[in-house]
Amino acid sequence: MTKKGRMALAGYLFLLPNLLGFLVFTSLPVLASLALSFFDWDLFTPPRFVGLHNYAKLMSDHAFWYYAFNTVFLMLAIPVNMMGALFLAVVMNRKLRGIVVFRTIYFVPTIVTGVGTYLLWRWIFNPDYGLINTMLHAVGIEGPKWLQSIAWAKPALMLMGFWTAVGGNNMILYLAALQGVSPELYEAADIDGANKWQKFWRITWPMVSPTTFFILTMSLIGGFQGGFEQAMVMTGGGPAGATTTISYYIYNHAFLWNHMGYASAIAWVLFAVVLETTLLNWRFGGRVVHY
Amino acid sequence: MRKAATYLVLSVVGLGMLFPLLWQLSTSLKPAADVFAGVDDPVKALVPHEARPENYARVYRATRSMGGGFARWYFNSIVVAVVVTLGQVTTSACAAYAFARLRFPGRDKLFLSYLGTMMIPGAVTMIPNFILMRKIPEWLATVAPGVDWLQLREVILLGHLFDAGRLLGLDSYFVLIVPVMFSAYGTFMLRQFFMSIPRDLEEAATIDGCGLLQIFTKIILPLSKPGLATLAVFTFMGNWQSFYWPLIMLSEDSMKTLPLGLLTFMGLHSTQWELLMAGSLMMILPLIIVFVLGQKWFISGIQLGALKG
Repeated sequence: MTKKGRMALAGYLFLLPNLLGFLVFTSLPVLASLALSFFDWDLFTPPRFVGLHNYAKLMSDHAFWYYAFNTVFLMLAIPVNMMGALFLAVVMNRKLRGIVVFRTIYFVPTIVTGVGTYLLWRWIFNPDYGLINTMLHAVGIEGPKWLQSIAWAKPALMLMGFWTAVGGNNMILYLAALQGVSPELYEAADIDGANKWQKFWRITWPMVSPTTFFILTMSLIGGFQGGFEQAMVMTGGGPAGATTTISYYIYNHAFLWNHMGYASAIAWVLFAVVLETTLLNWRFGGRVVHY
Repeated sequence: MRKAATYLVLSVVGLGMLFPLLWQLSTSLKPAADVFAGVDDPVKALVPHEARPENYARVYRATRSMGGGFARWYFNSIVVAVVVTLGQVTTSACAAYAFARLRFPGRDKLFLSYLGTMMIPGAVTMIPNFILMRKIPEWLATVAPGVDWLQLREVILLGHLFDAGRLLGLDSYFVLIVPVMFSAYGTFMLRQFFMSIPRDLEEAATIDGCGLLQIFTKIILPLSKPGLATLAVFTFMGNWQSFYWPLIMLSEDSMKTLPLGLLTFMGLHSTQWELLMAGSLMMILPLIIVFVLGQKWFISGIQLGALKG
């Protein structure tokens, strides 16, 4: 065998285990789910081809639109979380003793987020015995019913999300971006007599804009797909569907009600939204981001 | 003065971050009556008047009848997270080496398709994978009708008969491990890492008569320890918290991992908050340990991930 042939063979062999897994658990399932979205199937009776019916049904499915609204509503927290992360990064971007300790502490909520902390926050939001209402009561305020209230359930989840995310990955990314800004820019601004705000808006903000753009894109992509795990543990999607997101709706159709075809159709609509977000961000980002 | 103000802000924020977790610790140590001290007694609500560390042992006892309970869930979580981490790092490293260093037809197209799938929402592939795992035992039964695939479940471990769940399909270790052992993200990350290693060493090794496998194990892997460690830390932590996939794959209590076990526990003991908090604290403890030990790699991994954007 030639040297080239041997190398090609070695390449395929090295790739083989991963490629097999990739084909069986990713590539084929993607095609299968697209195909499924044109069928009606409950896993027990033979699948029935229904063409575009699942997609048409989705357009007039009021529940779907309400859950889409919930998903977008929860995403309103994204800019707030990002501002918090940038603020923390600016405060931390100084050569101070013990800064690493703070960074570690701020990161802990991100690390531990999962079923364990969802249980914790369910307890924190308990209207009668929870941490928040106990503290509000101590200063004379009767707190709302939080997770049990249609109006307050979403803000409660957003509050938890802020705690989870503010000191995590985004702060680290902002911190790295701030450390890349040349100190000479600030020195020049000092000479020109610029104040703190001017320095922030004229130097810091434009210089970190690629990071802002990256975080925003990733948060939007995550946001459209998010909301299942926390709602599953904390609210069961309620009250009255107030915390059900698109991903939760897919779960219900697929794994509670055995609507494999309809669930696949929703998943593909979600995929299209995510893809479109990525493309839009790409095109739009080129114009507003200062590199 | 400015320094003091900065420390003040940092400390207040830090307290805010830790406060919920401290309250979790406080609740986990309370006598049952103090848990519901409630709004009228804020002091007792924050700090237990006496500590009950035995709550942690009670979690174990209260769940033991649930297929082995907390101890078994812990065992399952460790086995699954460790094997998945080893598997993902191994398969990703091999594939990354092929993509980074070896030349073969179709390489770049394949790599692009790996990248492309990283954008696909999990919900898209979840449904066919669920169906596949559900149907595997049925399909095998038609191929090998003599074997009852759903009943092959006991193994001998350290001299004891151990219920290891089903061999395949739902409620098996197989389903918790194999489908999540392959990662396009891990392959991508390690490929980027391998690309940054200078080629001179490999050329020298080739002249000395080293084969590709030796170059991989003797040069590439040792030089990539930080990259491998980063992927390992990420994978372990992600898998430890994994919830959706086990949720749809498991129904037997004895096969559950910690997140699912806790959820089941909550369903049965929804008012025993001291036990729930103790259980969830025990669950997140390994994460904090791994993070503190592997922080360096974790932070660099986040920054590495951002470079692809």
